[in-house]
Amino acid sequence: MQQFFDATLSGITNGVVFAAFALCLVLIFRATRIINFGQGAQAMVTTYLALKLIQNDVPYALAFVAALAAGFLLGAFVERVIVRPVETGPEINAVIVTLGIFIALVALAAIIFGNDLAAFPAAFSLAGLEVGGSTIALRPNDLFTIGAVLVAMAVLLGLFRFTSLGLRMRASAFNQEVAKLLGVKVGQMLTLGWALAGLFGSLAGLLIAAGTPIFPSYMDAVVIFAFVAAVLGGLDSFLGAVVGGLVLGLTSAYVSSYVGSELVTLAALAILMVVLLLKPGGLFSSSVARRV
Amino acid sequence: MSVAMNKGASDTRTPSAAPAPASGGRLRSTGLKHLLLMLAAFFGLVLLLLAVDEFRATQLASLAYYIPAVAGLTVLTGINGQVSLGHGALMAVGAYTTGVLLIRQPDLPYLLIVAIAIIVTALVGALVGVAAARLHGPYLAGATLALAVGLPGLAITFEDLLGGEPGLRIPSPTVPPWVQDLYGNITGDRLTPRVYLAYLGGALALTTLFILSNLVRSRYGRMWRAVRDDEVAAELAGIDLGRARVLAFVVSAACAGLAGALLAVVSRIAAPTGFTVVLSLSLLVAIVIGGLGSLVGAIIGSAMLVYLAPFSIARGRDLGLSDVEAANLAPLIYGVVLIVVMLVAPRGLVGTARFAFLARRAGRQGAGART
Repeated sequence: MQQFFDATLSGITNGVVFAAFALCLVLIFRATRIINFGQGAQAMVTTYLALKLIQNDVPYALAFVAALAAGFLLGAFVERVIVRPVETGPEINAVIVTLGIFIALVALAAIIFGNDLAAFPAAFSLAGLEVGGSTIALRPNDLFTIGAVLVAMAVLLGLFRFTSLGLRMRASAFNQEVAKLLGVKVGQMLTLGWALAGLFGSLAGLLIAAGTPIFPSYMDAVVIFAFVAAVLGGLDSFLGAVVGGLVLGLTSAYVSSYVGSELVTLAALAILMVVLLLKPGGLFSSSVARRV
Repeated sequence: MSVAMNKGASDTRTPSAAPAPASGGRLRSTGLKHLLLMLAAFFGLVLLLLAVDEFRATQLASLAYYIPAVAGLTVLTGINGQVSLGHGALMAVGAYTTGVLLIRQPDLPYLLIVAIAIIVTALVGALVGVAAARLHGPYLAGATLALAVGLPGLAITFEDLLGGEPGLRIPSPTVPPWVQDLYGNITGDRLTPRVYLAYLGGALALTTLFILSNLVRSRYGRMWRAVRDDEVAAELAGIDLGRARVLAFVVSAACAGLAGALLAVVSRIAAPTGFTVVLSLSLLVAIVIGGLGSLVGAIIGSAMLVYLAPFSIARGRDLGLSDVEAANLAPLIYGVVLIVVMLVAPRGLVGTARFAFLARRAGRQGAGART
């Protein structure tokens, strides 16, 4: 029972981060119909950046913010310079380009930062909280993780719901032609979307890294979990991505607790196949048919 | 169909509207032409292997295992339009099958083991293909990426059979006595196991290319291209989309199984670290740089995979990088190549050259018509 309880708690913490990362994929997919397989590698690079800053005695919070800013800029750069030319081409070209970003950044990080494990410090304590005399698998740092993601989601929701900028971004994602006719600078909105996804992704990368050793490919599996989570939610629903992320987080925690951590990715693949075969539009699909 | 029959060994996405005028000296039968090409290539391989040392021979053996994998993937992605990032995992299936059989059943002839590995991988490919046939674009890429990252984990779960994290140490297959005798009679030398593998691998790779080059120019190849180019039109023409896709996946997986079977004996180890996602993506690099859908491009791409890594490591050392850093130069180049090729020349080397050639000829013919 204790094992189940602990797995559930760590599953929720993981799930929240997966949800944040799935949101990045959704943010980009809604705007450009592209899955950014390089998102994890981008987040990995900014996490290393934060680590280097912390090692050079920059305050933790400042390093954190610097990494987020770097993620924002990297996202904008990737869209404007690398992805823009293939946005309108065959979808396989965009897939290949984002995979190129993925593999190039991981290799570049291994060259610059080394391939060894590097300990990334946590923002808060890593000792389990005491509840009623027993220690549970929920640590102050996990609470920070969950809180940070919730705040980020609220900001994002506010941006899209209540600001004119958010409205223009939604219009660009909904129909580029019409948005252009109405005077929205669609190109800028797309760049901004990728930049926001980069920022959000680097937040997720930092939160996953906190308190664990990182290495250049530490985000590989996370990209897959987030992708499965996003597909679970239908790829264009923010709420769906969050629910999908939690489902994935819990699944991965149970599988790694009861079966073996090496099988977590295969479990995610199994979920993906079941969802795509039974409900291709995702759990939150409306009646609109879409080819997957 | 005479148009397709007269095309060269390479076919690309560009619909070459102007068929080559059938000149008198040209071979009419595609199959015969491919057979002659294959025999000539094998003859060239024999000459090459007699001339080079064992290190170069092993490099050629590596080329021999990349070629089936890349050629198989080019059929799947270039001809049929299904992207797969999971072919490294399928190679792992072939390699582990070969390894387990070589260790547990040392009396079986190696070629029979290769055949079993191909069949097992094809069956796994059929399973993946059935699921993949319903997906497209990013969905398919994500699912197969999960396969590439996830499948090697099975080797750790089934540690007793598959060797866990350190992997399986695989014995070299013995050189059959009749091959040794034949080789001794012709060259007066002894055939070492590593050079034997280069011959065997070369022969198997060429056979694969022969089969695939005929297949893509057959009814099935036309069916696959039709499905790639326009699903609705293909369906109206009576093609079962699902069956065509699954078939392409099975063929492609069988090739990956052969590649894995060769890789296992050439590298003498099958370990989870040998089948990372980088392997799967490097196969993608090979088909992209050669030109999607071109078997000649697949050969060029495979050669790049084999020779780029040692070349870049040597250059990296010259620049003062450590071994670990230098080893990452190759994947860095892969990534940059994927991006640059897609932005600058999405047709790849062969496709771009072919397009330039066709454009020039069309220009010449246009000029001729005006005068």
